[in-house]
Amino acid sequence: MKAISLRSRRLRGAVGVFTAGLCAGGVAGILLLILGYVIREGIGAISIGFLTQVPHPIGVPGGGVANGIVGSAIIVGIAALMAIPIGSLTGVYLTHFGRGSFCSAVRFLSDVLSGIPSIAIGLFAYTVLVAPLGHFSAFSASFAFAILMLPVIITTTENAIRGVPHEVYEAALALGVPRHSAITRIILPSARSGIITGIVLAMARVTGETAPLLFTAFGSQFWELNPNNPMAELSLQVFTYAISPYRSWHEQAWGGALILIFMVFVLNIGARVVLKPKFRS
Amino acid sequence: MESSRDNQPSPDSGLPAKPQIGGEATLAGMVESPAFEQPVRMPKVAAGTAFDALVHGSTLVFLALVLGLFVELLWSSRQSISTFGFSFLWTSEWNPVTSKFGALPFVYGTVVSSAIAILLAGFTGVMSGAFLAEFCPPRLSQVLGLLIELLAAVPSVVYGLWGLFVLAPLMRVYIEPFLQSWFGFLPIFSGAIYGVGMLTAGVILAIMIVPTVTAISRDAMAAVPQSQREAVWALGATRWQGFRMAVLPGARAGVFGACILALGRALGETIATTMVIGNRPAISASLFAPGYSISSVIANEFTEATTQVYLSALIELGLLLFVISVIVNGVARLLLWKVFTTTGAQ
Repeated sequence: MKAISLRSRRLRGAVGVFTAGLCAGGVAGILLLILGYVIREGIGAISIGFLTQVPHPIGVPGGGVANGIVGSAIIVGIAALMAIPIGSLTGVYLTHFGRGSFCSAVRFLSDVLSGIPSIAIGLFAYTVLVAPLGHFSAFSASFAFAILMLPVIITTTENAIRGVPHEVYEAALALGVPRHSAITRIILPSARSGIITGIVLAMARVTGETAPLLFTAFGSQFWELNPNNPMAELSLQVFTYAISPYRSWHEQAWGGALILIFMVFVLNIGARVVLKPKFRS
Repeated sequence: MESSRDNQPSPDSGLPAKPQIGGEATLAGMVESPAFEQPVRMPKVAAGTAFDALVHGSTLVFLALVLGLFVELLWSSRQSISTFGFSFLWTSEWNPVTSKFGALPFVYGTVVSSAIAILLAGFTGVMSGAFLAEFCPPRLSQVLGLLIELLAAVPSVVYGLWGLFVLAPLMRVYIEPFLQSWFGFLPIFSGAIYGVGMLTAGVILAIMIVPTVTAISRDAMAAVPQSQREAVWALGATRWQGFRMAVLPGARAGVFGACILALGRALGETIATTMVIGNRPAISASLFAPGYSISSVIANEFTEATTQVYLSALIELGLLLFVISVIVNGVARLLLWKVFTTTGAQ
């Protein structure tokens, strides 16, 4: 290597570190920029009526996204009910049951599944639930969301269980506790907050998803609580309003986006800040 | 776990410790946590079998879902596959009226917009990751790290909304005319300016995937052993040289994996792309021109598809997206696994 003077090396270092700092600052700055813009535009649209009413027909002032907020909660809730048992038990399989290449294959598939575009999973839900039943439904959206949640829950469950010292498990077995009791009564309770963090993060992820809903939940202008029917969902409402040609709907889209960001951030920060320290202690 | 009345020990339950000992065993003295203070009652063997069955069953359900996803997409697109064969991939006519379907404009749009995204986000993300892992105080690194991870959590419809109403006008009025005035002789920066188009889609995708690149390359760099840095510093290297000579080579596979993983995200992103790419099924040399992507044509046309072969062609696009992302993510995960298991990090 050619000798370079210290001065020049220091200069290059300063330039390099400065560039790196600029990049990191820029990326964080973009978040603040987008967040600030959504708050500025959205805060004006939010009112009591916006949070409690269903959409009004175009031309009629007022109206809100209450049905979308409730719809999001229902769809994500049902998805969580489906994904939690399957995901966490598969996580248990990976730590305590599976061995060798089959176990690695399951883990690999879970990792790959986390990168499959949500729209492809929406198509799957369409072909197995919507097309055979002949109608759009909130339940089919939950099915798609459950598949999207699975990889997150599987990975975090596995990591949370691996965080519990193996000696604890061995001690239980040595005392004659059967394997299933050792897992359900000792390992899982110890790993609980880690698993809950994963579940909440998975819920945050799907709350912001829109693509699969286009041909599963489909959206609705009315109050709808029956999961067997098409249902409104907040992110879908934001999408529909945003690409519409009406100015009043654009304003509502910003309002909806603000509520959506708020919901996703509460879930995310909640999972990271509130639950994680408990898990570490 | 519910214990059944059945007392017969199951012959195939491979339990390490058969619960033949009656009565109760307590683990309270072992671990000081409320969870352990209750006595552990010895359930019947059948409960163990049931738990085994549940765990294995869940894993099988998971595998069936992943396999079913592929099989179902393949099966539902059979009509399109048998009608168009491989020409589906390289013909560019997309005409529902005459039932002629070719995916080339969409493949082009997906590839070009994702390529722009990874070009912009790759360098920025790796440099941000380097700053967080190597050059900034831990406290600042945590704050910036949290911000960047939140950037990853922003719903894509919000990015789309911002892209449509803020970024697209900005591109139309300032950035694209600027590029055209300086580099207009290049075909990619020539032609009419619309605001929405391939370049805008690429920029939005870049913003969406940069947190992935940042977070994973930061972790990969942090996983490089400290002794490697110290060795280079001891030879008189500056912090920056230490980064270039020790950290970056050590984290190369991880950084590469991060970029491929982010590329996978960009390829499949739907809603934000749909809102800013322009949605015109044409292949044009100019990046300012509107385009179309695989995912956005599915999003826009699926519920309006009237004929079986139309629907089938759209599902085949979904299958194409699925196959591409399995390959891309598979490669990325293999790279990342190697990095994070050999260095002993998580």
